Amino acid sequence: MRRSDLGEFEEVVLLAVAVLSPTAYSVVIAEELEQETGQTVSTGAVHAALQRLEQKGYLTSHLGEATPERGGRRKRLFTVTALGGRVLNEVRSVRNRLWERITPQTTLKWS
Amino acid sequence: MYPEDFNQSKIPAPPRWLDTLLGWFVAPHLREEVLGDIHERYYRRAQRLGQQKARRTYWREVLAYLRPSMIKRKPNQYRKPLFSDMLRNYLKIAFRNLVKNKAYSFINIAGLATGMAVAMLIGLWIWDELSYNKYHQHYNRIAQVMQHMTFNTEKDTWASIPIPVGDELRKSYGQYFERVVLASHTGEHILAAREQKLTTSGKYMEPAVTELLSLNMLKGTRAGLTDPNSIILSESLAKSLFGADNPMGKFVKMDNKLDVKVTGVYEDLPYNTNLKSVAFMAPWALFVSSEGWVKAAQEEPQWNNNSWQIFVQLAPRADFEQVSALIKDVKLNHLKPEEAKDKPELFLQPMRKWHLYSEFQNGVNTGGGIQFVWLFGITGAFILLLACINFMNLSTARSEKRAKEVGIRKAVGSVRSQLISQFFSESLLVVSIAFLLSIGLVLLMLPFFNEVADKKLSMLWTNPVFWLMGLSFVLLTGFLAGSYPALYLSAFQPVKVLKGTFRMGRLAALPRKVLVVVQFTVSVALIIGTIVVYRQIEHAKDRPVGYVRQGLITVPIITPELRDHYEVLRNDLLQSGAVAQVGASVGEPTQVYSANGDFEWEGKDPGFKDMFGTIGVTHDFGKTVGWQFVQGRDFSREYATDSTGIVLNETAVKYMGLKDPVGKTVRWPRANKSWQIVGVIKDMVMASPFEPVYPTFFLLGYDSPNTITVRLAPQLSTSESLDRISPIFKKYNPAVPFEYKFVDDEYASKFGQEERISKLASFFAILAIFISCLGLFGLASFVAEQRTKEIGVRKVLGASVANLWQLLSKDFVVLVLISLVIASPIAYYLLSNWLENYSYRTDIPWWVFAVAGSGAVLITLLTVSFQALKAALIDPVKSLRTE
Repeated sequence: MRRSDLGEFEEVVLLAVAVLSPTAYSVVIAEELEQETGQTVSTGAVHAALQRLEQKGYLTSHLGEATPERGGRRKRLFTVTALGGRVLNEVRSVRNRLWERITPQTTLKWS
Repeated sequence: MYPEDFNQSKIPAPPRWLDTLLGWFVAPHLREEVLGDIHERYYRRAQRLGQQKARRTYWREVLAYLRPSMIKRKPNQYRKPLFSDMLRNYLKIAFRNLVKNKAYSFINIAGLATGMAVAMLIGLWIWDELSYNKYHQHYNRIAQVMQHMTFNTEKDTWASIPIPVGDELRKSYGQYFERVVLASHTGEHILAAREQKLTTSGKYMEPAVTELLSLNMLKGTRAGLTDPNSIILSESLAKSLFGADNPMGKFVKMDNKLDVKVTGVYEDLPYNTNLKSVAFMAPWALFVSSEGWVKAAQEEPQWNNNSWQIFVQLAPRADFEQVSALIKDVKLNHLKPEEAKDKPELFLQPMRKWHLYSEFQNGVNTGGGIQFVWLFGITGAFILLLACINFMNLSTARSEKRAKEVGIRKAVGSVRSQLISQFFSESLLVVSIAFLLSIGLVLLMLPFFNEVADKKLSMLWTNPVFWLMGLSFVLLTGFLAGSYPALYLSAFQPVKVLKGTFRMGRLAALPRKVLVVVQFTVSVALIIGTIVVYRQIEHAKDRPVGYVRQGLITVPIITPELRDHYEVLRNDLLQSGAVAQVGASVGEPTQVYSANGDFEWEGKDPGFKDMFGTIGVTHDFGKTVGWQFVQGRDFSREYATDSTGIVLNETAVKYMGLKDPVGKTVRWPRANKSWQIVGVIKDMVMASPFEPVYPTFFLLGYDSPNTITVRLAPQLSTSESLDRISPIFKKYNPAVPFEYKFVDDEYASKFGQEERISKLASFFAILAIFISCLGLFGLASFVAEQRTKEIGVRKVLGASVANLWQLLSKDFVVLVLISLVIASPIAYYLLSNWLENYSYRTDIPWWVFAVAGSGAVLITLLTVSFQALKAALIDPVKSLRTE
């Protein structure tokens, strides 16, 4: 399990899946990210990231029910796997450790 | 977070074409979720931000999906079957159709296969013609030096060049030439090694020739000719001289006088090269040292002795036109003013033109074999066209019977594209079968064709061009022939077809009729062509030749022994009883071997630039060939003055404008000689039987003859005579095998090209008629079948068999008559053009057209009548009961 396996966008998408679980699919993820970041996020980009994450084993997916606004088409719902959870945890603890080592003075200077 | 209770129906759907586009790009297994996602996104946006904004961002969403991971197709988890049930069904139906209509299938396939086979043969032939000489690596850089000379305002073109031209080209124009090679004309020589003695043709050439021609040396190196006493042999000659032994380093005796060492063996030049007959090459230096006249010509140097050939290879950057212009006056500039009146112009004839553009008329390259390439190419295309027309006519005619099948298939659920692909695959299948069959046919016909065309063709199995052409032809024909049923029939409405209210339009048969007219136009034109070509050959064959060809043989004098012992040899021959008369001459009776000008005679116009065939003969030559005197007498040993006698032919007398020629004097200031005319003979056809007779002088000469002509005794059989003659020749000339030619064979060979055309034309004509008739037969039976009921009703109402026969045949005869009307002027025009090539030619009488026309009508009637009578004789009860 190498760290470099997880790109920045992938990490965010993976987190969003965890947040929206169990009804996470590309449209809601894209809108969630748009809201959180304030930037336009296309479902295509999200979909591609989801595919990659699934390939790496951090996500699993299944087809959900059809809804009318989808023209009767089914959606693909994603959930985080145990492996995905571990990776998220690890990323988080690395970040936390690093955050904790920043001296308060430095933090003050930025704000 | 977002309201789920929106009403979708208020919002217009996103642009459809973008969805369609996305549908094409995105892999099928992702399509559902992807389209669902962007639609959902769209509606959500529309609700939140308004329809306008949602629409504007929609295409960006679509674009975001155009990425490899979305486009890449998931590998199919099931096998893709090569034979699915439906495909198998198509094939089965196609085969059942073929088997059910055996006659049609046979006509269809056989006709097409024949046409394809002929086209393939012609294609191979053209390929061979176009690849002539390409064996040589420097094909594009090699040329032969030739010259135009002006006689009597008419430019003649010669391949013979004086020796010093070679040195001059090397010295003054060296930067334009990679190699310059002097060569002798290809001549017959006797090579002897061990017990073997062979007469073979070869050339003396300068050593660089091996590089120039890029000979493939099997033994030895390309430096083989640098030693003046060497020789290089072709593979086949080496084999016949030395058998399985290694010939390298062995000695060969050439012409019974020169001992040369074999220093190389080269791969035989292929049959489609101009130098194929050169079986050995000996060094030029040997030629110079062994032949005094060559030595003199080289050392003097003689600029006016045109007896040799020069081959050159251009330097990489030079081009033929440019160098031709540069060397134009090289010879002229070295001639003395009195020799320069022929105005020789040197030029280069590139190797790529040697074979197909070998003819010159008045200094202009007018073509040659290329005409036949075009002629045969066009004929081949026409034959193929005929076969295709057949195929199309029959398959469209047949397809109308399958309207019901189309109806049922449609009712069961076929969509149009499936029917189209069914009919296309069916016609492709038939064309493919025909293609395979045609390859078999070509293999069968190739030996025969090679013999007729004097070629060594073989199938180009490994040539991609061949397969490409074959494949594209199969596809094209399959497509053309299949397009009518595929596109037309598949558009039928099943209800109409199945209810039986469906009728073919009256115009449906029109294209078929037009095609039949095209077919018969070609056939009739070919028949007329065959008759005219045949008539032209017969016309020339019937031409009075002025001597008796039969029982006449010629023996070449290759070594001086025969000439030295001529009188004793003649005596021995006459005494053997196998021989009626013996004479000798310069050149054979079937050729005008040499020609000269600048003669003078009484009443000659001083400005007249004359040219006569000049033939040296012995006293008995005339008696031997059997020439006939119009005036005067033959040479006679009784008059010593006959040594300055001269015999003219009638044309020469007319040419000179002499009245009462006998006794008059002909002077030749060039050699300071004069002769008295002793007799005038009837014209003898010595050169081409299609050309006017050349004005010719016959002079007595015993030192120059190179041919002995023998009239065999009529009371003995030919083989018996030859058995008696052979030892006599061997006695006086032991080094040379006794070889002879029959004059009538030689004469007949003058018709070789014309006979080849005639054979091929009749072959093509027969094929064209055969193919056209096959088609007609098929169409006639189709029409008869279609009109079965009509015929039944007519019979019931009292029509006779003759009436019905007339009814069914009339249409076809009309078509053939129309094609006769079209074909006649075309054929007349083309054939008169062809006949223009011959000075001695036949005419095109009206009956040729009548014969061709009535022949075509007769064949048509025979073909059609079979079906017509069959239909007319059917019991009406049977034909009317069928429903």
